[in-house]
Amino acid sequence: MPAKRTRQRRRVPAALLAPAVVGLAFLILPLAGLLARAPWTELPARLTEPAMLDALRLSLATATTATALSLLFGVPIAWLLARGDFPGRSVLRALVTVPLVLPPVVGGVALLLVFGRSGIVGSWLHERFDVTIPFSTTAVVLAMTFVSMPFLIVSVEGALRGADLRFEEAAATLGAGRWTVFTHVTLPMIAPGVLAGAVLCWARALGEFGATITFAGNFPGRTQTMPLAVYLALQSDLEAAIVLSLILLAVSVVVLASLRERWTAVA
Amino acid sequence: MSTSPHRTTTPGLDAHLVVDRGSFRLDLRLTAAPGETVALLGPNGAGKTTALRALAGLEALSDGHIALDGVVLDRPRGGRRVPPEHRRIGVVFQDYLLFPHLNAIDNIAFGPRRRGLGRAEARDLAAQWLDRVGLGDFGKRRPGQLSGGQAQRVALARALAAEPSLLLLDEPLAALDARTRLDTRVELHRHLAGLAGPAVLVTHDPVDALMLADRLVVVEDGRAVQEGDGESVTARPRTDYIARLVGLNLYRGTASGRTVRLASGEALTTAEALEGDSFAAFPPSAVALFRTEPDGSPRNTWRAVVTGVHRHGDHLRVQLDGPIRAAADVTPAAAAQLGLEPGQEVWAAVKAAEIRAYPA
Repeated sequence: MPAKRTRQRRRVPAALLAPAVVGLAFLILPLAGLLARAPWTELPARLTEPAMLDALRLSLATATTATALSLLFGVPIAWLLARGDFPGRSVLRALVTVPLVLPPVVGGVALLLVFGRSGIVGSWLHERFDVTIPFSTTAVVLAMTFVSMPFLIVSVEGALRGADLRFEEAAATLGAGRWTVFTHVTLPMIAPGVLAGAVLCWARALGEFGATITFAGNFPGRTQTMPLAVYLALQSDLEAAIVLSLILLAVSVVVLASLRERWTAVA
Repeated sequence: MSTSPHRTTTPGLDAHLVVDRGSFRLDLRLTAAPGETVALLGPNGAGKTTALRALAGLEALSDGHIALDGVVLDRPRGGRRVPPEHRRIGVVFQDYLLFPHLNAIDNIAFGPRRRGLGRAEARDLAAQWLDRVGLGDFGKRRPGQLSGGQAQRVALARALAAEPSLLLLDEPLAALDARTRLDTRVELHRHLAGLAGPAVLVTHDPVDALMLADRLVVVEDGRAVQEGDGESVTARPRTDYIARLVGLNLYRGTASGRTVRLASGEALTTAEALEGDSFAAFPPSAVALFRTEPDGSPRNTWRAVVTGVHRHGDHLRVQLDGPIRAAADVTPAAAAQLGLEPGQEVWAAVKAAEIRAYPA
């Protein structure tokens, strides 16, 4: 009885509907406001301003590097957390996810204390190699990696836990050593999870603000990423801030859309 | 000469599998000569799959040993344990476990690639194997695009393409529907017959075991309870499990001449004379049912109560309770004539010539 079903589906309790509508308005209105206030006629000229392009280029480059680093180190960490058999594994898991809940500014301060010139690692780097990390593009990448790698780890660990170990056993009986099993069976089978994690990681890195401004500062062309540029523009040039925000919004929507496609493809 | 502690002189498989898991203990001696197929037959939970996993190196032995073609692969007491990837033991898993991200060709080429063959060579070899299992046109298909029977054949080709010294098959036909099962069984038999090395097959289906294996090892509760070729195991079952599987009424008692006295006190007259602890067995078709006591002939007769009647092929199987619990097969016409229904009393009779007796 399709008619009956439609009628039943419409009957949403008012106690749920009202807050849902208010909440949706709260989420959507700011985005609509951004679009409404956008200087559409000036947009092409604004988009090609050198300062704007510098910030965009820097953001894309650093976020991508941070994602690559997160993959390089995060996937092995996820493997250890999912498959490792050692004491203190749950403690380690908790520690790894701390940056997820830590205010990014605090993360920036912590990074500064360790990698700063007087920090444990920073002083050593400075003396041995004459390398100074804070307030450099490297610092931007480190700040982004610090806040975004946990997203990748959590996602990949979940995928590893969900993976069927028997396929790895089958590979072993066919003569594959552990490393080959990982590269030829485990990794391809959890690829959707790794990809989803990498996209989330990249999006988080792209939006990074607090840790970056604390640890890397706000130097145009060197450490001034898009979110920092938006914040700075807001003080002097509202339209520039809107254009920058629009770009970030567009990137977020594209990422979300690609993720959704991926998820529905997997499901 | 070979004085290494890691070598033996037995060809084929020589294993004593002991796996202790607290509540469950597997303790099974198992040998298989080159070219021989041995079936581990037993109910679920008997430890058959555990035995297979131990052989493949996927489960650690608690004690005992595994030697293949003279090389010790596992011996906990000697601190010896060869990892699965170095055992050269091929496994056809129950649900095949074909790699979902690889097509049929690349699944089969996986083993040869690990042996050091180049990509092109390995694919050529895989294509040959695919032809050999009759799926030459399916190389580009992913496992998800194969039917159950096709996936089973790809899994077999994948295991064989790695040139294993021992082939293990875990319920290779269990996941197939009845029709596919028949064809696949015939083909599997052909491949097993062509193997140079030994093969161990795990199944709970006596038909699979009888048709595919040269020798049966019946496993119950982690132990071998009976061993032999199909004929001897089915003709002379030693446990209720096997008796049920092959459809025999089985009793244990003490023989004295041509009489086997059962624990219940009843006696069965048999064809052969025997002494001591014995089994007596007869098929349900040997049981004749009567409304009144049959007279004359030297038969085993007893009063029984019908507890159940159900279809079994083209006849009816009647469950009987009484001094001797048994199953009897009657034709539908006979059943109608006798008016068989649960609760009814009948006389059961079995000719002495139909009862096999053998030492326990």
